[in-house]
Parts: sequence; C-alpha cells; structure tokens
Amino acid sequence: MDPTDTALVRVTGVAKTFVMHLRAGATLPVLREVSFEVHAGECVVLDGPSGVGKSCILKMIFGNYRIDAGSILVRQGQQWTDVARASPRDLLRLRQCVIGYISQFLRTIPRVGALEVVAQSARDHGLEAASARARAADLLGRLAIPERLWQLPPATFSGGEQQRINIARGFVAMHPVLLLDEPTASLDQKNRAAVVEFIRHRKRAGTALVGIFHDEDVKRQVADRSIDVSRFRA
Amino acid sequence: MSAGEEALLTAAGLTKLYGARIGCVDVSLDLYAGEVLAVVGESGSGKSTLLSLLATQLRPTHGRIRYRMRDGVVRDLFALGEAERRFLLRTDWGFVHQDARLGLRMGVSAGGNVGERLMAVGWRNYGSIRGEALDWLARVEIETGRIDDLPTTFSGGMRQRLQIAKNMVTAPRLVFMDEPTGGLDVSVQARLLDLMRGLVADHGLAVVIVTHDLAVARLLSHRLIVMRHGRVIETGLTDQVLDDPREPYTQLLVSADLRG
Amino acid sequence: MTGGVSYNFAYLDEQSKRTIRRAILKAIAIPGYQVPFPSREMPMPYGWGTGGVQVTASILGPHDVLKVIDQGADDTTNAVSIRQFFARTAGVRTTTHTSEASIIQTRHRIPEAPLAEGQIIVYQVPIPEPLRFLEPRESETRQMHALEDYGLMHVKLYEDIARHGHIATAYAYPVMVEARYLMDPSPTPKFDNPKMHMSPALQLFGAGREQRIYALPPYTRVVSLDFDDHPFARTRFEQPCALCGARDTYLDEVVTDDSGGRMFVCSDTDYCQGRRTAAPGREAHDERR
Repeated sequence: MDPTDTALVRVTGVAKTFVMHLRAGATLPVLREVSFEVHAGECVVLDGPSGVGKSCILKMIFGNYRIDAGSILVRQGQQWTDVARASPRDLLRLRQCVIGYISQFLRTIPRVGALEVVAQSARDHGLEAASARARAADLLGRLAIPERLWQLPPATFSGGEQQRINIARGFVAMHPVLLLDEPTASLDQKNRAAVVEFIRHRKRAGTALVGIFHDEDVKRQVADRSIDVSRFRA
Repeated sequence: MSAGEEALLTAAGLTKLYGARIGCVDVSLDLYAGEVLAVVGESGSGKSTLLSLLATQLRPTHGRIRYRMRDGVVRDLFALGEAERRFLLRTDWGFVHQDARLGLRMGVSAGGNVGERLMAVGWRNYGSIRGEALDWLARVEIETGRIDDLPTTFSGGMRQRLQIAKNMVTAPRLVFMDEPTGGLDVSVQARLLDLMRGLVADHGLAVVIVTHDLAVARLLSHRLIVMRHGRVIETGLTDQVLDDPREPYTQLLVSADLRG
Repeated sequence: MTGGVSYNFAYLDEQSKRTIRRAILKAIAIPGYQVPFPSREMPMPYGWGTGGVQVTASILGPHDVLKVIDQGADDTTNAVSIRQFFARTAGVRTTTHTSEASIIQTRHRIPEAPLAEGQIIVYQVPIPEPLRFLEPRESETRQMHALEDYGLMHVKLYEDIARHGHIATAYAYPVMVEARYLMDPSPTPKFDNPKMHMSPALQLFGAGREQRIYALPPYTRVVSLDFDDHPFARTRFEQPCALCGARDTYLDEVVTDDSGGRMFVCSDTDYCQGRRTAAPGREAHDERR
C-alpha cells in the first residue's frame, strides 16, 4: 500500500443500467465507465445537468444502489473495501463507521424527536450517549433550530427545518467519507453559510467529501475539484 | 474487514413440502445479533411457513438450521430434544403473534402473563416476579396500574406491547414476529415499531419479522428477503432492495406500495 | 331386595380387576403420575365415586375391613350407599373406625387419626389433572407433565395472590410428588395436604369419568406449592370442636336453628366420637390446651 496515497474513495469503471420490468423490461442505461478518486481533506463536486446521474453516483458509493460493472473502493485505516462486493453486514458496518450520507430528503421515524434523531446518528458512530447529545445540541444550535423543537418529531417541520435536521444528522458523526446530495437546497443565506463552515471544518479534519450543489455560490466556496458527470453518460 | 463474528442463526436449504404443494423451497439465510431481518411477500409467498420453520414450530422436509446457544455452542435445532427446544423457546427466544390471543393467556392478568416465563424457569418469589413484571410493563409503556387487569380489557396495541413484554422478560436473543402490526391503527403501529427499534438497539436483539407492509420493513429492518411462491426472489439491505429493486416481482411489490 | 342375582366378588369381573390392578401397580411405580385405565360401567352415575369404587373393588379381599367416608362422615347417603354396596357384593366386614379399617374409601377428606402401615386409603377424584382449568388441551398437559413444565401452576397461585392477597385455593391444593410430578390431591381441603406427606399408608386415587388412576406409595414426599414469600399455610380454626374440644381438626359448620345459630364440629365423625367416648367432659379440659 502506497504511503503517499491519500485517496479514501476510488471509483473505477462503474456502470449503472436500470431494467424496468414493469415497462416490459425496458432498459435505462444511466452511467458507464465512471472513474474518479476522492482524497482526504478535499471536496469533489459532481456537476452536470439534471437527470444525468449525479445522485446515482452518490447512492452507489453509499451502497444504496447496486452497480452493474466496476468497483467502488473505500478505505478505512489501511484496508480497502469494495462497496459493490461487500457482504450486507460489512456494508452496514462501513456505513456506520466510514461513509456518511446526507440525502435530499429526511426520512423521518415517527415519534423520535429532532435532537434524538441527530444524537442517534452520533451514537451509531460510536459516541457515548452524553457526548452524542451534546454534539447534537451544538449542531442544532448552529443550524438555528430552536430548542423548543428539539423534542418534536421532524415530520411536522417545514422543508427547510427538516433539511437542517438532515444536515445535523450527517455532520454529527466524524465519518471519514461524507456524501452530500444538495445539502443547501431549502436553506436561507445564514444557514447556507453554516453548512459551508461545516464543510470547511471537515476538510481541515481530513474528511473526503463528495457533493452535489445547485447553489453556485456555495459550490465556489467549497469545491476543490469539479467532475462533469455528463462524460459518464451511458 | 468482517470482524469474524459468528452468525446467531444459519439456515441452509430450508424446504417445506406438503405432498406436491410448496410451503417454501431452498431458503438459506443467516442472522446476526443486533440485526432485524424482514421477510416480505404477499399471501401465499411462504413467509409464514419460513418463520414457522425458523422457530421450529414446523419440521422441514429438507434443510437444516444451526443456532448458536447461549453457551456459545452451535447446535442443529432439529436435533434438539423436545425439552431443550421448549426451554429455548421460553428463554432465549420470543415469538410475537399477529393475533395477541395466540401469544397471551387471555384469562390471566397482565402481570401473570409477563411473569409466566419467569415462573417457568423457577422463580419462586412473588415479590420479585411482580417487580419484574411492573418494570417491563413500564418499558413497553403500559400503565403499571393495569398489572392485574386481564388482556381482554386491553386495546389491540396494548395487547401487542404486552406480548412483547411477556417475551422480553427472559432477555431473549432472538425474537420472531409475525405481522405484529396487522390490524393496528397507523399511530399505534408507529408506537409499536418504535418500541421494537429501541429494544433492538438497547439489547442487541436479533429479530426476524414477517410482514407484507414495506413501510414496516423500511422502518425496522436492516436486511430484507422478498419471497414469492415459496422462493426467495431477492435479498439485500433493506434500502437496497426497496430503492433499487432488480427482480420483476420486487419492482412490482415496491411500486404497488402506496406509501413508498 | 328380591334376589336370585349373584355378583362376582366386589361386583367387577376378574379380568377388569386385573386390568385395574395393573394400572394401580404402574401408578405406584411412578408416584403422582396419572395412569389411564379403562373405566367400567358401575351401578352408579359418573360423579358419584365410580373411580374410587373401581379401585376399591380391584384391591378388596375377603379378609379386608372397609370404611367409607364422605366429607369425613360415615353416615351420609353416599358413604352409606357405597359401604352397603361392598357389603352386599363382597360380603366384607365394614367399620366406621379408622384404626380398624384396612381399606378406607374417602370423598374429599383424610381421616384425622394418622394412618398406619398396611392401611390403604382410596380417594375419589373428579378431575385428576391439576392444570386442566389453565390448559384445556389434554395433549398439552401430557407434554407438560412429561417435560416437567409446570410454570403455569405457579401462574395460578400468582393470580390468587394478586387478586386476593394470598393463595386462595382452599381445596384440591396442588402438590409436587417426589419433586417430579405435579398432582391434584383430589378436592380434600388444603388442611389435609400435610397428611399426605410421608404417610405410612398406601394412597390410591381413582377418577372414573376421566379414566385415570394415580398413587402415592408409603413414605412419599408430597410438598404443597407456594412462593418463598407466600409460604403454604394450613388453615387455622378460631375455635375448638363444639362437641369434643379438639383444636387441631378440620371443622364443619353446622346450622342449628333458623335464626343463624351455628356451631363448628369435627368433620371426621369417627375421630370426634372417639375423643368423646375416651374422655367424657373433655371439652372443658381442652379449653386451656
């Protein structure tokens, strides 16, 4: 293993085609020959028109979507694991310890309060209960979620508030790899700035980030590199 | 990268035939501590048969199940003596039925129901038994003042939570659930599932849950098995199977689910 | 009664007796275990002691002395009928004195006078299965006995304490035999349970309608079920027997007039009689015992 290798994610020759059996087996090729690397401390931005497959790439790295060809190697310490070939158990562990994912939508679990949603994520990553709550409270504070909402389940929150819970949940644990799918979409200027600060902080901490951003301003502030996903269009 | 942790339960080639009729065919799976495995499918898919086989309520036509006992020794479940099997069912395992009347003694008070397993394994102090029952009733959010009430006076959701308390009192490592949310109001379902999630997280429980409701699977399970006509159609992490279904039947199932 | 009809000794044919004796032997070999037996038609309806009668008929010999009691008394209708039945069909000597009997058939009580080696007591049993009211399936209860799976019995006792503050079972109080089988002692009051423990006599139990026989050979350990913090307690009566002054017997309440007058007397009529005959005026002495 090359000691100078700082890559944490290595995507090689990945392809994805959807087969829609409900439409008489119509195939929808989305991506082919996707290859790129992400190094510790950098933020790689995925660019391209809507529908080209940006979210798809993030989901494949997270193991949410399965791939038809190639490999997605993710590093933990000195070990590389191919997400595409990992056992379900290993993938779950990878998600717990290595890969964090902030999706576009917050899937809410009924009855769990906002603070607990975020603290839970920290505990899953290994933090003990008290520290988890403290970090969760800190992040919610920075994202301007008022304390009176902390015990309420986010299902009743506005879109912007839900997005901020989602962000807090993604950032509370220190995953070495962080995937962000339009994290600032429903946020106002102040909260966008907070997210930018979070991203910068994580870059300094050596996290490898891969993100999709619609806001040009935010993109400019955080991106180290840009990848135009249209080159991988199938 | 795998920690080399041993599976709690491993089923290989499970097949149940009723003459020419198929219950299930060639099902293999393994289950680890702290994970929830959902078995989904429509009526007649074989999911309930599979659950019954795993819980040793039925004997398979072919196939084997190995289980890691509390002492660490891995045993073939169908080679266990009847006394051993019953002991396992009563202490190390739980079974939550869809119809609470199958899992509870309706003529016995809530406290008696929860205390039964303890008495079955030799607890002989009334005060301790009652104390333990009160503790568990509180944990499943049943008002402790109802400890002496009969389950016939409980709502559907309360009966299910009582079933859970009844099973949990001996700290089982594996719980089987057969459509536990069937027939319950949505908010009641949510409460029940929330309770299960908490128990799985706090106690490192392994759960096999049979359900036809994908929302329940998504909420509770880490892994998913889709069954149809007695066979496993697709398997993987829950989010994988539900977000990126590959098999035609799975795609049909997912698209048909109203709540997504 | 006009005659001409002659019965086999003790009414039952020898083959039936043999079958029943085999069941009895098996029961003695497995104390507390319910042995199925083919119950015969007896000249009395089910529920009137046919099980006990079949057991007695099978073990009775011409030199036996038979005592029959019902709720402790020799002179109630049932006791008299059964005693006369055997007097007629077996010609054996009958008695009301416990110490003189070699076989005692009883319904719902154990005599106060301790039994001796060589005596046999035959109990009439309605429902032999102690778990029946908790678990109606015979297939299940058989498994429970086979696997010593008795948690359910404690559930019943738990329910009693939860509902009444104490174990409310007053009769047919369940016992463990030789720490292996759970047994129903028949509807004798729990007061009598300790008498079954390590008794020098042979105890046989017959249930005619349910077709079961079980047994306690002499000197068998019989322990009443309880909880550590709610131990088994014998019934205590507040007053002595109004007739003989005994303080340690099971008392019956007898209504004496129409205005609520009542008195408590020994249920075991023979024992009470014996005390009065042995020491007239005993009452007065016993007040201070």
